[in-house]
Amino acid sequence: MSETAPAEDDIHARQVRKFKVQDMLFHQITLVFAFIVLAALAGILISLAVEAMPVLKQFGASFLWTNVWNVPEDQYGALAAIYGTVVSSVIALLIAVPVSFGIALFLTETCPVWLRRPLGTAVELLAGVPSIIYGIWGLFVFAPLFSAHVQPALQALLGDVPVVGGWFEGPPIGIGILTAGIVLSLMVIPFIASVMRDVFETVPPPLKESAYGIGCTTWEVVTRIVLPYTRVGVIGGIMLGLGRALGETMAVTFVIGNANRIVGSLFAPGTSIASTLANEFGEADPGLHISALFALGLVLFIITFIVLALSQWMIRRGVAKQGT
Amino acid sequence: MNLYSRRIWTNRMGIALSMLAMAFGLAALMWILWTLFYNGFSALSWEFFTQDTPAPGSEGGGLRNAIVGSLLIVGVTTLVSTPVGILAGIYLAEFGTTSKFAAATRFVTDIMLSAPSIVIGLFVYALAVATLGGFSGWAGSLALSLIAIPVVVRTTENMLRLVPTSLREAAFAVGAPRWRVSLNVTLRAVKAGVVTGILLAIARVTGETAPLLFTALNNQFYSADMSQPMGNLPVVIFQFAMSPYDNWVSLAWGGALLIALLVLGINIVARVLFRKKTQA
Repeated sequence: MSETAPAEDDIHARQVRKFKVQDMLFHQITLVFAFIVLAALAGILISLAVEAMPVLKQFGASFLWTNVWNVPEDQYGALAAIYGTVVSSVIALLIAVPVSFGIALFLTETCPVWLRRPLGTAVELLAGVPSIIYGIWGLFVFAPLFSAHVQPALQALLGDVPVVGGWFEGPPIGIGILTAGIVLSLMVIPFIASVMRDVFETVPPPLKESAYGIGCTTWEVVTRIVLPYTRVGVIGGIMLGLGRALGETMAVTFVIGNANRIVGSLFAPGTSIASTLANEFGEADPGLHISALFALGLVLFIITFIVLALSQWMIRRGVAKQGT
Repeated sequence: MNLYSRRIWTNRMGIALSMLAMAFGLAALMWILWTLFYNGFSALSWEFFTQDTPAPGSEGGGLRNAIVGSLLIVGVTTLVSTPVGILAGIYLAEFGTTSKFAAATRFVTDIMLSAPSIVIGLFVYALAVATLGGFSGWAGSLALSLIAIPVVVRTTENMLRLVPTSLREAAFAVGAPRWRVSLNVTLRAVKAGVVTGILLAIARVTGETAPLLFTALNNQFYSADMSQPMGNLPVVIFQFAMSPYDNWVSLAWGGALLIALLVLGINIVARVLFRKKTQA
């Protein structure tokens, strides 16, 4: 052992110690930023709940199923808004799910390979269009056409059928819950279609090839092999679309008509939670009115949270299959 | 009809319907873009960019204050959400591969990606507007940051996970500390992917309207003061489109076209950038 060795060891040890401290710091700093994301969610829930307290204390749980929204008399219930939100989202899904399935089927099975990328990109671009564009398009372009041509035709066709006829009653004014549902469906198609395409691509080729090998048609391969194999992921994609549709504000606010009541007809103007917030929050007086709006926001957040949580869980299970 | 021909026909029907669905999707995209161009281009002019939003009933006017406001709000959002998102993404990819806390964060990030943006507006209202004295551009940026951060976090994490472990090991072997490996080796290796994530986040927040309604509010006059209510394109489009004045509606179309071009442009640039880098 020479005289210089301990000194060198010392420098080394100090360097290692320095690095360790720096790494600790770096670890902690990144952790703090990851924590911010988590804290934001908790913060949203807590602040909404706190602000909603006065209304929840006053009306209790009956806030959820009371059909009254009377600002001058400070009487609030969420039923009409929840009804509009759910009905417009269900209409959106009824249209979007079959169309998205068709698009995913086309992109994964029948589309020529050179067209796959541009068409897939086009669908993804549709997902990137801001919702306010859908809204302004729905109000100025779609709604007038819809009231002039589609609504009278629907009334002539289905107006006399019992039960179903009631859905298409009333003046064809173009804006209403049905229009909102249709515009929403255009908005969510890209989301559902791209998830479906992604999970369809996880099906192992040998599985499909064996089905083709025993003489199955493309349709049979997709409905009997691909769909059962990707069931969980497909449902997850649909839930993702539902989550999007429930919370969509701008596209709906323009075309739903903003009338806080429940009418059996789908042609009638209604409201959704998000559009009520967009319309009333800016002019709401402090007190019960603003608290009621926070309570609506809380209801919306909890519903979408549950739907999106389920969807994430399912999509992850659907995609995880890829490895096995 | 025998079984064989029935199967053939079912197949043909199915394929035809799937093509119809694709055509429907494309037609919707074309239709929306066409109306945007048709109505929006007639509104674009020199005054559109140099004059402020007109008062009710007055002629002409432009969207200068809204354009500047949007640029400022989105700019601040980008400056805030980029470091936060990248650092959180590094944590998830480098330190939190197995921890429960990281799994929870990942889950929450995925939910925040699709959470209703209007609720985020409510949250920022309760947090910053009601307590800190009124609507402001800062509050608008805060709301948009909460939407942009999850996008950056997720793309950063996904990109970092693609870096082969051998690259990290090589850096460790020459004695680099962990933070240097993260910042100078792995993050640099996926630079293009991370930039793509940031661009997508910008594209996402540029058109967001709902969170700005109760945070940045609107301002009829030109203002570059972030601590005051601030004009911004989405809210102006919303108000003007619903108005009874023809020149307001026309300005709304022009603004909508501007936003759509920006958002689609950023999306396309992000894609091209990402594809070039991953192929090389």
